[in-house]
Amino acid sequence: MSLIKIQTNIAISDSGFLFNPATGESFSVNPIGLEIIRLMREGKNETEICAAVNETYDADPAIVERDLHDFIHMLRQHQLLDNNGGQNN
Amino acid sequence: MTKQLYERPIIRKLETGMPGKFGMRTEYPPTTQIDGIPVKKITEKYGSPVFILSEDTIRTTFKRAQRAFSTRYPKVQFAWSYKTNYLDAVCRIYHQEGSWAEVVSGFEYDKALHNGVDGKRIIFNGPGKSEEDLKKAIDNDSLIHIDHLDELYLLIGIAGNSSRKPRVAIRVNMDTGIYPQWDRFGFNYENGQAWDAINKIVGSGKLELTGLHTHIGTFILTPNAYAVAATKLADLAAEISNKFNFRIKYIDLGGGFASRNTLKGSYLPGPDVNPTFDDYAEAISSALLNSRLDSSDLPLLILETGRALIDDAGYLAGSVIANKRLSNGKKSLILDLGVNLLFTSFWYDHKITPAQPFSLYREDTVLYGPLCMNIDVVRDNISFPQLNTGDGVVVHSVGAYNMTQWMQFITLRPKIILIDVKGNMHVIRDNETLNTVIGSENLPEHLKTN
Repeated sequence: MSLIKIQTNIAISDSGFLFNPATGESFSVNPIGLEIIRLMREGKNETEICAAVNETYDADPAIVERDLHDFIHMLRQHQLLDNNGGQNN
Repeated sequence: MTKQLYERPIIRKLETGMPGKFGMRTEYPPTTQIDGIPVKKITEKYGSPVFILSEDTIRTTFKRAQRAFSTRYPKVQFAWSYKTNYLDAVCRIYHQEGSWAEVVSGFEYDKALHNGVDGKRIIFNGPGKSEEDLKKAIDNDSLIHIDHLDELYLLIGIAGNSSRKPRVAIRVNMDTGIYPQWDRFGFNYENGQAWDAINKIVGSGKLELTGLHTHIGTFILTPNAYAVAATKLADLAAEISNKFNFRIKYIDLGGGFASRNTLKGSYLPGPDVNPTFDDYAEAISSALLNSRLDSSDLPLLILETGRALIDDAGYLAGSVIANKRLSNGKKSLILDLGVNLLFTSFWYDHKITPAQPFSLYREDTVLYGPLCMNIDVVRDNISFPQLNTGDGVVVHSVGAYNMTQWMQFITLRPKIILIDVKGNMHVIRDNETLNTVIGSENLPEHLKTN
């Protein structure tokens, strides 16, 4: 699975607050969303992120994968990913 | 190590500079139970979706309405509006509470008789009564509310050959200061049609004019409109007394009271702004008591409200089929209940709540039904928490019209459950099966082989 890269200039607070200085837009993420973004910054790919979430949380792996896919889609929608990062060609 | 509770990851854009006009909470607690019974237990036992009616809420609401009127006006009679919900179990609750029946077709008339209602306590409204319907209503001494002149002449004709003098009222339409003015039913007050009809009835000598009826509209948010209507009918009654020297026995102000639902396009939620029974009762009773009517012999006040009495007693429990992201990034949920069951979703922004606890993270969501039809939108925008496939949802205040105007379309109609006052569940209408649909079809012989 491909590597997902969050734009490097995005400021992320410990409480789940995101700020994009390029556009001035702010976002909030829930705790699990914040954890996933941290994993992305650590350079983990989708498979590794799913494995990490499954290890910490009580969830069906298929649901985790589906939700992660949706979350990435939303990050892309909000233009928070680097150069179409994660887009399957 | 115990694993943490999972919740789907979400990201929400923060909108600044656009504070909500009223700053109110739009979220609700989950509806995990109805009348003390877990929603999950109901859907596990009876399937999803399923309509649920609360007998306790029906009776409590009825008593509240009755108290609002009977404490303000000496003679009050409710008549249950069959078209609002004509399930036998529902009708019989209202009849047990003392309601007469208000019907608008031969079918509904027969249903009222089937429910044991005395013919004298059936009010027959509507523009579509057949000659056969009218004869039956005359034989049973029911109250016939005349809608148009052709019906009036037909009645005079039938009465000429009948031993019984039909008891009739006329339906009157009028300007009460609200829009739209319903003028398709009955005789107009302002242009003299109503007086013309009254003169014809009394002049014929074949009909007994017992009452005056109006029904000014539906979901009326202005109680004063009823005060105007009551005053106009009272004026008519006083003039009848002056001219013909007899008193009409009742004034029927119909229905149209708003329930707690929120109309589409409304700024504020229905429960905060819609008038209460007390508001309507105050407007109507004051108008009648201050009118030209003889206070020593006031007519009976009949009310045919349906929606406001039963809406809150009805729930539709369903579940999530799928999560789906739309092309613009907006979240949507596909539910197993659609507009075929929830006709009123075209009029209201229904209150819809999850049936299980949820976290505080919410997203603007579109709620779709399961039909392969573009119109199948249950809520076009609702701030909704994260739900997964199989999670339950509850639609509130669906007791009025949905169980009569629902359609067998694409899917089959589900069960309807009544929770009685002791907390017991009863199936009061079974779900449809394939046989329900094909049972009344006939296949021509030449199509029986493929």
